[in-house]
Amino acid sequence: MIINHPILGPRDSQEFVYLGDASLMTRPDGMTAGIEEFHDWLYNRDNPAGLHRELWYHEQGDRSWLVVTRNTVTHEITSVELARDVARKMGRSK
Amino acid sequence: MADTLHALTALGHAAPETVEIGPYRITERFDVALASIASRKGRDKDVEKAAKAENLPLPGPAAAAEGATWASFWVAPQMWIVEAPFASHEDIVSHLKPAFGDAASITEQTDAWVRFDLAAPDLVPLMERLCNVDFSKAAAGFASRVVVEHTSCYLIKRGQGEVTLYGPRSSARSLLHALETAATSLL
Repeated sequence: MIINHPILGPRDSQEFVYLGDASLMTRPDGMTAGIEEFHDWLYNRDNPAGLHRELWYHEQGDRSWLVVTRNTVTHEITSVELARDVARKMGRSK
Repeated sequence: MADTLHALTALGHAAPETVEIGPYRITERFDVALASIASRKGRDKDVEKAAKAENLPLPGPAAAAEGATWASFWVAPQMWIVEAPFASHEDIVSHLKPAFGDAASITEQTDAWVRFDLAAPDLVPLMERLCNVDFSKAAAGFASRVVVEHTSCYLIKRGQGEVTLYGPRSSARSLLHALETAATSLL
């Protein structure tokens, strides 16, 4: 499987480490959000047969976190973005 | 007393080692000071300006560049490792800090790495056994993190027959063994 790194171009997926669902990036505020919302973020995952947004870490490369959109049925990767850019688009400062 | 204290090389000897296997020469380098430079948030322009004033090249992604005194290679977005002669820049951070001020985070890296320079008329057969870089197609000046025999290293392609490899200093002997084994298998 090849992951098209937004900066470094096509790289072998062996260079990357998989973390999980990209929704992990949006952790609710534990002080203000309810226990249900926090529980949902921590434990509940969708398991789609189709497009899935997930976090990958370029461990044997530039150590960047990526948001990869992958089809779980065909393994086709349709988009790769820097997690940093995704977070900034959501209005986050870091 | 200071006269009796001498630093050891990464391989544990007083002088750096050179190994020759057929056409392949592996040279341990002991004369380069290293530091990492990471530009702080929103300070990219200041870092660029300071580097220019110091005549320190800061190349783009997956590249290395050499200046008169300073050389550097890209390791991550807004982050580089810079090289300078050890004899004149042993205290490399104090050379960089005045230029960059609080625009960048600078960390000395000299003793974290072992550096091997590989040389041969053609390094392609050796490099394709050692790592997953398409070495024959990579341009001179290509720099990337690679894995050599389970060891995470930085590779800089200086030319078709010239490569610099930085590996973790604590794995210096293992890395050299991997290089020697691969080179021997090619004879």
